[in-house]
Amino acid sequence: MFEGRKVIAIGERDGVSGPVIAECLRAAGAEVVFEATECFV
Amino acid sequence: MDLENQAAIRRLADEVGADTLVVVLGATEMQGLELAASTLTDGDPSYAGALAGVSLRLPVYHILEAGVRGGLPADVAEEQLGMAAMVADVDQIEAAMGRFRSAVGAAPR
Repeated sequence: MFEGRKVIAIGERDGVSGPVIAECLRAAGAEVVFEATECFV
Repeated sequence: MDLENQAAIRRLADEVGADTLVVVLGATEMQGLELAASTLTDGDPSYAGALAGVSLRLPVYHILEAGVRGGLPADVAEEQLGMAAMVADVDQIEAAMGRFRSAVGAAPR
């Protein structure tokens, strides 16, 4: 789905975290160039 | 959206070009999700960060959207996202992401 694109993974502490998003996308062959987990309050 | 992350994303967009980037979000609370999506498409609405007044128009997706999850290895999706998908309002998330992509003309390219 993200073939040829560079992916930014922005997770959320109370949702899905950045590292989990990145791990999932890398498992699908995506190039993750930035990942972070935010805390929305 | 976190100010350091805004600065990092702006740097990335400058370095590699915004048209090569795609964003995948993980927030399941709608206010935070829409704020992040808005910042990455239209710019920081709080005018506090590096994306203030910067309309990157990045295509935004959510990791729990069926179209995204469906592209992942099934075992990884189930192990990593199964619980989140059960407790989150995925229909609401999909609708919100669809609205953002339509509004900025950022449908899948």
